[in-house]
Amino acid sequence: MSNEATLHSQQEVMHGAHDHHDHEHHHEDSFISKYVFSMDHKMIAKQFLITGIVWAIIGAFFSVLFRLQLGFPDATFPWLESILGHWAKGGRITAEAYYALVTMHGTILVFFVLTAGLSGTFSNLLIPLQVGARDMASPFMNCLSYWFFFLASLVMMASLFVQTGPASGGWTMYPPLSALGDASIGSKIGVDLWLTSMALFVVSQLLGGLNYISTLLNMRTKGMAMTKMPLTIWSFFFTAVLGVLSFPVLLSGFILLLMDRHAGTSFYLSDIFIAGKALANEGGSAILYQHLFWFLGHPEVYIIILPAMGMVSEVLAVSSRKPIFGYLAMIGSLFAICILAFLVWAHHMFVTGLNPFLGAFFVLLTLLIAVPSAIKVFNWITTIWKGNINFTPASLFSIGFVSTFISGGLTGIWLGNSSIDIHLHDTMFVIAHFHIVMGVSAFFGMFAGIYHWFPKMYGRFMNNTIGYIHFWVTLVGAYLIFWPMHYEGMAGMPRRYYDVSGWASFKQFGGLNEFITIVVILVFAVQLLFVFNFFYSIFKGRKLTTQNPWKATTLEWTTPIHAGHGNWPGEIPEVYRWAYDYSKDGRDFIPQTEPIGPNESAH
Amino acid sequence: MDTMTLEQRKKIHPHKYSLWIAMGSITMMFIGFTSAYIVKRSQANWLAFELPHIFWVSTAVILTSSLTIHLALKQFRERNMQRYKQLITLTAFLGVVFAACQWIGFSQLKSVGLPLNGPVSASFIYVIVGVHMLHVLGGVIALLIMFGRAYRTRVRTYSAVPIEVAATYWHFVDILWIYLLVFLSIAR
Repeated sequence: MSNEATLHSQQEVMHGAHDHHDHEHHHEDSFISKYVFSMDHKMIAKQFLITGIVWAIIGAFFSVLFRLQLGFPDATFPWLESILGHWAKGGRITAEAYYALVTMHGTILVFFVLTAGLSGTFSNLLIPLQVGARDMASPFMNCLSYWFFFLASLVMMASLFVQTGPASGGWTMYPPLSALGDASIGSKIGVDLWLTSMALFVVSQLLGGLNYISTLLNMRTKGMAMTKMPLTIWSFFFTAVLGVLSFPVLLSGFILLLMDRHAGTSFYLSDIFIAGKALANEGGSAILYQHLFWFLGHPEVYIIILPAMGMVSEVLAVSSRKPIFGYLAMIGSLFAICILAFLVWAHHMFVTGLNPFLGAFFVLLTLLIAVPSAIKVFNWITTIWKGNINFTPASLFSIGFVSTFISGGLTGIWLGNSSIDIHLHDTMFVIAHFHIVMGVSAFFGMFAGIYHWFPKMYGRFMNNTIGYIHFWVTLVGAYLIFWPMHYEGMAGMPRRYYDVSGWASFKQFGGLNEFITIVVILVFAVQLLFVFNFFYSIFKGRKLTTQNPWKATTLEWTTPIHAGHGNWPGEIPEVYRWAYDYSKDGRDFIPQTEPIGPNESAH
Repeated sequence: MDTMTLEQRKKIHPHKYSLWIAMGSITMMFIGFTSAYIVKRSQANWLAFELPHIFWVSTAVILTSSLTIHLALKQFRERNMQRYKQLITLTAFLGVVFAACQWIGFSQLKSVGLPLNGPVSASFIYVIVGVHMLHVLGGVIALLIMFGRAYRTRVRTYSAVPIEVAATYWHFVDILWIYLLVFLSIAR
């Protein structure tokens, strides 16, 4: 059965099933059920994406604001006072506002954008489409998942506007600073709202994760064995497993923190003095929170990066017209990363007084992650090696991902060594490391995904020229921003500090900090250009005329251009081969729905 | 919608599958609590004490309720709807009794000078037992919804999936409690 034949038969089935189909969906016409409380996974994906974009703009704008303080600590910007009020008296961001901005930047980007906005969008969009299911295992739970995320967003947004400001003890919310309202102005109701919002967020992630796992394990179409699934689906699977196993532990840490704040317990508090007055709390341990937090916190890093890895694998294979190199090794390394993710959390705690003997094991396990990561990098490079590459914005961002993943990953080897970490801990080196390997890379994966699957989402293309500008400015800008931070960090410049110009040893970086801030503003402007491109293309982009614009093998491109709820108008296509039959037997690509020929060997 | 779900290939009902993953997730949460407990216990100033005796009563109650929901499932499969309704009501009632017993346990702890904001070892009991109690009450709410459904006359349900899901969850919180009780008794 050729692709054309498949399409043809689908057309027939669609006509045949027409009144049946209408009958099923007569209740889906209202605006509310189609666009607001939608149960269609494709609409929920778009909801996650657009909410994520809104949060990304806010979170990135915060970084522009605090970079202004870091780059120009002595300058005043009167316009800041008009938007931030007394938080920027005289046009200079106050110390409290600076900490609040840093905290919210981290929280928003890590959780609301790169967790919910990334895996929320693409797991929802691609799991049913690529495994061949009508919808998620439980569309209702999926809808709830988005609306819990939305509620979490509202609460977090509200915390920005309370009088004492949002939580400002750092995105990790370490006690005792976060456990005692009297500790600082940013530890008051802001932290309560933060904890409430995060609890709602965890619920959202669990509802989503349950659905992703049970959908892709149970509802695959006929012939779609696990080893025929595209790597995107494998990566969403491991992401969901990580989330489902680690978010509950974070929640238990938050519950104990909430009890310490309001019920007078002493889980994390002991021998604390505030303003010269001793508190009654006794017997608690602040380090306990760090253990609970980082048991989630480290898998969280992989929750962010695995979906990006999956999408990059898919985009690179499609755009270089070559099968993915080492498919099984890719799955194996995803699995290895998933297991190791749970065994390395204490490498965030080398300087907390952790037993050095114990630290040695965490060093070893941390460095082991380099093995699966290197396997993946090798496979991506060999996939595009001698490929016939179409340099679409999606493929450029995928190649950019490989680049930033390598350069950010290498510094992880430094930080993973406990002895070097003692010097580098809490310096700008750490900022540079995780922003490149996790922040920029995950964003590149996300951009690749958006450019690649935009036609599937909206039936139109995004503008390529703006896409190229977006890519080159972002790639060059990201390196210009974060590369110099390595040097600052090696010289000992601390992160999180409001103003380092008072130290003679860090004063030398004054010019460098100004430079970084200027690049940050430029890169932020280009991201706004991307957002413009995104929304403009939804309504005015070049229309899609074929079902399969990228000539890809996977199932999502066998659905109609504007697929309704249920995805395939007729029967769900059957799958006969793996997802990466590109340039095989003299053919450019062979869709998964085509049976293996008599003279053909299966992969 | 029926044709839509029927043509999907699936081994276990997706809702049951989701439940199993959710149970894994809840287990992880309690592993978080109990491992925090172990870490704290090995540090200084740990105060050991006897658990309230009423926790053994509540154990008996929740074990009985596991039996009643098992019977309810059996009755549902045999379409003895009257017996089924009685049994899930009884189960929900036992769930409430269990929660009440735990609550009495809390007041007993308080009366022997171990309030929530007292020693950390006592605070842990309140939080761990309290969060477990919330999970039992969640199960009670699910049973009340099913009770309401059983009385609907306009739409009748013949699918045993909802009651199977509820029963599995109920056994799960039961086993979870046994684990917590054993854990809290041994690791004092």
